[in-house]
Amino acid sequence: MSLDKSAVRTIADLARIRVPEEDLDHLAGELSNILTFIEQLSEVDTDGVAPMSSVAAVGLPLRADSVTDGGQADAVLANAPDKAEGFFSVPKVVE
Amino acid sequence: MGYLLQGETGDWEVVIGLEVHAQVTSKSKLFSGAPTLFGGEPNDQVSFVDAGFPGMLPVLNGYCVEQAVRTGLGLNAQINLTSVFARKNYFYADLPQGYQISQYELPIVGEGVLTIDMPDGQTKHIGIERLHLEQDAGKSLHDQHPTKSYIDLNRSGVALMEIVSKPDLRSPEEAGLYIAKLRSILRYLGTCDGNMQEGSLRCDANVSVRPKGSTELRTRCEIKNVNSIKFVQMAIEFEARRHIEIYESGGTIRQETRLFDSVKVETRSMRSKEMAHDYRYFPDPDLLPLVLDPKMVETIKAGLPELPDDKKQRFTVEYGLSPYDAGVLVAEKASAEFFETVAKGRDHKLASNWVSGDFFAALNASGKTIEDPPVSAKNLGELIDLISDGTLSGRLAKDVFALMVGTDKSASILVEEKGLRQVTDTGAIEAAIDQVLAANPDKVAEVMAGKDKLMGWFVGQVMKSTQGKANPAMLNELLAKRFQK
Amino acid sequence: MTQLTSLTIAEARVALAKGEFTAQDLTQAHIKAVEAGRGLNAFITETPDLALEKAKESDQRRKAGQVGALEGIPLGIKDLFCTKGVRTTAASHILDGFIPPYESTVTANLAQAGAVSLGKLNLDEFAMGSANITSHFGPVINPWKRKSDPTAQLVPGGSSGGSAAAVAAGLVMGATGTDTGGSIRQPASFCGIVGIKPTYGRCSRWGIVAFASSLDQAGPMARTVRDCAIMLGSMVGHDPKDSTSQPIAVPDFEKALTGDIRGLKVGIPKEYRPDGLSAEIQAVWDKGIAWLKDAGATPVEISLPATKYALATYYIIAPAECSSNLARYDGVRFGLRVEGKSLDEMYANTRAEGFGAEVKRRILIGTYVLSHGYYDAYYIKAQKVRRLIAEDFANAFKTVDVILTPTAPTAAFALGEKTDDPVTMWLNDIFTIPTSMAGLPGLSLPAGLDGEGLPLGLQLIGRPFDEETVLKVADVMEKASGFSIRPKGV
Repeated sequence: MSLDKSAVRTIADLARIRVPEEDLDHLAGELSNILTFIEQLSEVDTDGVAPMSSVAAVGLPLRADSVTDGGQADAVLANAPDKAEGFFSVPKVVE
Repeated sequence: MGYLLQGETGDWEVVIGLEVHAQVTSKSKLFSGAPTLFGGEPNDQVSFVDAGFPGMLPVLNGYCVEQAVRTGLGLNAQINLTSVFARKNYFYADLPQGYQISQYELPIVGEGVLTIDMPDGQTKHIGIERLHLEQDAGKSLHDQHPTKSYIDLNRSGVALMEIVSKPDLRSPEEAGLYIAKLRSILRYLGTCDGNMQEGSLRCDANVSVRPKGSTELRTRCEIKNVNSIKFVQMAIEFEARRHIEIYESGGTIRQETRLFDSVKVETRSMRSKEMAHDYRYFPDPDLLPLVLDPKMVETIKAGLPELPDDKKQRFTVEYGLSPYDAGVLVAEKASAEFFETVAKGRDHKLASNWVSGDFFAALNASGKTIEDPPVSAKNLGELIDLISDGTLSGRLAKDVFALMVGTDKSASILVEEKGLRQVTDTGAIEAAIDQVLAANPDKVAEVMAGKDKLMGWFVGQVMKSTQGKANPAMLNELLAKRFQK
Repeated sequence: MTQLTSLTIAEARVALAKGEFTAQDLTQAHIKAVEAGRGLNAFITETPDLALEKAKESDQRRKAGQVGALEGIPLGIKDLFCTKGVRTTAASHILDGFIPPYESTVTANLAQAGAVSLGKLNLDEFAMGSANITSHFGPVINPWKRKSDPTAQLVPGGSSGGSAAAVAAGLVMGATGTDTGGSIRQPASFCGIVGIKPTYGRCSRWGIVAFASSLDQAGPMARTVRDCAIMLGSMVGHDPKDSTSQPIAVPDFEKALTGDIRGLKVGIPKEYRPDGLSAEIQAVWDKGIAWLKDAGATPVEISLPATKYALATYYIIAPAECSSNLARYDGVRFGLRVEGKSLDEMYANTRAEGFGAEVKRRILIGTYVLSHGYYDAYYIKAQKVRRLIAEDFANAFKTVDVILTPTAPTAAFALGEKTDDPVTMWLNDIFTIPTSMAGLPGLSLPAGLDGEGLPLGLQLIGRPFDEETVLKVADVMEKASGFSIRPKGV
């Protein structure tokens, strides 16, 4: 599969990464090479093989429903690039 | 044919599917130990997991899993013993991880059914497509600053059940009944408090229309996050009419997400959702598949409370109530329990009338809740006892009830204090009759001359002279005898 | 004091117990070495004052009779582990100024065992790389030099390049690494040290900046097998905060080093001899097989047919997970923010400036393979092949106890080499990635030098949660190899 500029732009938008127009061609080439490389998997016969999303053999552990966290707004906000009145703040969103 | 909207080209049917987001009743969040309380200082009920900090990992709350199973069983639904948590990837300021942990291909609960009770006494089965567990996002506040939005993550990570109906609803009314019934079941189960003002229950409505008689499913629009039954109904009606107008003017509907403006009573396209989205669901590698022990499901099943449908059925059989009266009483578990306390060992119909009538009226007027009622079940029961043993007439009972509201005084004490005991002494009633007749010889003459209508007037006068305490049946009887003479 | 920096952890442990020197002496010596070794660029953040304070506390504990398994031992921490109150960068611009308000489980465990951290070690950005050249803080230099060109700066491997270089150069006695596709083993091989990636689920991932959650695993890097065993014992253990952490007991790994491997069957996978594998690597591998035979083990040829697809599988699964794991770096709650007119513009600006080229490439590939219409063809396909790879190993382990392979297809290369094409760079991990895909424990130990005098490593792969056998065999090979040559340093 080879990706064209517009496909790369769509992916970059989806990933929220600004890519300057002049870089799109080069990036499209790189990503296409990678896709060509990974597409060798198509030659593997995987009929009847179940996908493996984890090697861990046990089930999902569950925790008890008790309050053990929170009450630390200062620590939660301490690293924020922009904050006000106890909130994180971001450029205004219009819904 | 049910609900139809008239267009210029003919009648249109509305097809509605609802996605209800119900906040799971739990102390802590779905994947962290932070509290779930409503309100609180901003960002104070937040763990670093909820805030999507580097290296933080989710650990599933077992009680939330039980709550989902309980709800699934309450909706007569398939419980999936293996389910998978998946990441739904999208960027938004109040979604700290950049993905929502949800369930996609394998939800914890599969197909089920919910029965709605139509006002005409009929019922309709609405299919449940699925129920899955997911985490809530935080909250964005857009009106605090001219150029900024503020983010509060207190809700981030709170457990939600997304309950998806099949597109089986055909009118705003049915949609309203569906939400009310679902809310009732969730409250019975104790799995969601159903508080729509606080956002514990929110609704997305998928709306499309089709010409009457057609069976196609046309393009639908999703109206997001409506937080009252009334608004859901208004939004559906607006949206359906919008579709009809567009179709009839030759246009097409674009599948999109819309927002309901309850002030302007309209829906509009959500700008924040305009950017093409592709959620790129995939199994969350931080969480292994959730495998339930069938014994755990059985234990929950065995502990389920009697649900509204069963209770309604039992009330009609056991108490001889009409389906309508039974439906009113079972809508809230606490009301049903209140009724049963009142009705125990008493006249069922009388108990039902009093609970559904004067009691509910007083409850609504007082602004109190059934958990803290204006008149206790015990006191109401005693009042009914006083009616049954003839101490009080129906009319006197209403007066006594009015005095009971807001006090903790029993009916018998009030009857004594205020001297409201019904007069059943024949002599006393006859004496009162004598007085009235003596004072109104002209009207007596008119009755004797055949003017029966005046009989009512005499009853009223005698009642008045006894401060309403005369037993009405005895009074009527004695008065009639008097005029026969 | 310089000789203090050439001790092994095991040796220092004995000397500290005898009171030959204090933890403060040992720490001070290493702080000097760190200063002298700055040319390697192995550290992103040095914390000498904190280290001396901790060393002092360690000496006090020792006086009070409280001696942990790593009491007073100076270590380096890969800057992917969150450390409370100490800047954590993941070698990325996007985490600018981030000071974690929490401590990762692994580093907390190490502190609990008495270890003293000298600071945070350089790595490839977000652990994505095989040469430690993608760090926002500049490349790490391998302390080893080519005989033919001692001026050439060689890469230490990656992504745990700072850890490997610091251990090899004697700046620290041991270091934490993380391994997603070979990030402990390949740099260990390039720098002539020992590193083990334990079984997936053995070490808690809590507090480690995530790259690919289904593959990431922390492990120790040190100069000897025994030192790795000592460190591993303190790092691992069930952690209820990590849902993939396995609730199993921690064995005494050091006890496993019995020296007796008689009767063990050692798998030699035939697929790991691709055409063009260098004769030197081949020779070292053969030498390793001979050592094992001499020690009474039996080499058995095995087949891991799906192995050849492991790299392609990895480069679907790891980027897919990374594209999602790295979505949280959005300029809202921590790290870099580059303003924009709208929220989306702020995101796109922040992420464009904050992430380096390799990270961006992987996020984009990952975004693509998960996107609508491609998910089944790429992601699901890769998960199916992953199962085949894991099953190959499971089958092999029905007949063998451990598997021996080269760690990497080459010795360390020079900065600037192999950088034209990302895929060529990825080939570095061709021997380590299959192990990661199957979640198995894998260890690299130095087995000899190539013609340029550079170390070459061999990899031992074990059954799930059988790090003990891996360590035992490695210990025997280490003794047989007599490998003790240290690099000249800066």
